[in-house]
Amino acid sequence: MNAITGAWDWLTTAANWEGERGVWHRLAEHLYFSGVCLAVACAIALPLALYLGHIGKGGALAVNISNVGRAVPTLALLILLTLTPLGEHGDAPTLIALVLFAVPPLLTNAYLGMREVDRAVVEAARGMGMSGGQLFARVELPLAYPLIMTGIRSAGVQVVATATLAAMAGEGGLGRIITAGFNLQNTPQVVAGAVLVALLALLVEGVLVVAGRLFDPMRR
Amino acid sequence: MAEQNCLVTNDWICGEYLRTRSQELIDATLEHVGITVVSVVIGVAVALPLALLARRFRFLAGPILGVTTVLYSVPSLAMFSLLLPFFGLSVSLVVTGLVLYSLTVLVRNILAGLQAVPEEARDAAKGMGYGPLRLLWEVELPLALPALLAGVRIATVSTVALTTVGAIVDYGGLGTLILDGLDTTFKAQVLTASVLCVLLAVVADLLLLGLQRWLTPWTRARRTRTSRASREAAVTKVAEPA
Repeated sequence: MNAITGAWDWLTTAANWEGERGVWHRLAEHLYFSGVCLAVACAIALPLALYLGHIGKGGALAVNISNVGRAVPTLALLILLTLTPLGEHGDAPTLIALVLFAVPPLLTNAYLGMREVDRAVVEAARGMGMSGGQLFARVELPLAYPLIMTGIRSAGVQVVATATLAAMAGEGGLGRIITAGFNLQNTPQVVAGAVLVALLALLVEGVLVVAGRLFDPMRR
Repeated sequence: MAEQNCLVTNDWICGEYLRTRSQELIDATLEHVGITVVSVVIGVAVALPLALLARRFRFLAGPILGVTTVLYSVPSLAMFSLLLPFFGLSVSLVVTGLVLYSLTVLVRNILAGLQAVPEEARDAAKGMGYGPLRLLWEVELPLALPALLAGVRIATVSTVALTTVGAIVDYGGLGTLILDGLDTTFKAQVLTASVLCVLLAVVADLLLLGLQRWLTPWTRARRTRTSRASREAAVTKVAEPA
């Protein structure tokens, strides 16, 4: 298992963390891509899904989009976008691909979350004289919250994972360490990069789980 | 020279490319199908015992579901790279990675299917003198089949898409053509291979849907219930690894 001790050596070498191609710079790129894209995807998908869920229309759309998303190979879309004129604008293909891949889980989960709120509760709230807006903000949204957060978590992990693939299309991010390692036939570097990426993905998942619990409106 | 034009001008859609490179495309497609089929078959073979263990021993359910979910959130490029020291640059590396990804969906769906078997059906079979194995094989598995196959469909579609990432170690089927196309900025190759890849996913999904209908004719009478059950199973994790 030379590769594993080699990966440890790679990770503990200070020079590998510094400079344009160092871990810190790649990590910053990775988090920048992921953060911007998750925010944009949320801004697009959540209002739409919550509104559709509130009025109870467009369910087929929300569910089918997520099924289509599963069938489209991330790598293929990234590379297709890179070869279009957009590819001349540096980060644009990565950013667009990341947003596109974050939308389906957000849309589907938020919509289903709204729809799966117990109809009896909704009727009761309406019977108490709540308006549509009050019903939305004080009944449906808090009850749909867990599934909405599941969607944000899926989308977040998805975006971090896709940002790794961006390296195969020549963009930045932590995936660069892996692809550079492959090109140099440097297995320790490949493994070191993979460990960093895997840890980041798990860390993001963990942070989003904790954030979801902290902000839960039903928390006691 | 007129028919060579679209290769020379590097158009996205190019009949000449399809004609001259059809063998390359067929080989890549077959490799893609092969990797996907092997991965899903092994995935089911591994997931079934895991699901049975999780059902039999309650205390194992948490760890089994937890570990497969954690594996699911590891990015594919990292997953394949982490397996590199164990398998080298080989097709088994790609297959192992894909199997690990399919486990989450498969274990969850099989477990949900088994747990949804009505207690009366189980009791009736026991009363008729069925042993545990016969009970599993003749009563529980057939009743769990719709949920199991719903899981297989999800796993297959995402495996078709994920196989492309195997291009990093040269065993990505159509993905290898896509990545090569990037290096040489060969647009027709990238687009053709991408479209084939999506078509493959759609065809696989339809074939499995047909298989599901054929194997479980009794579900059609109460479609609404099963489709809701399989949808709920699918909702637990709607995103796919990238």
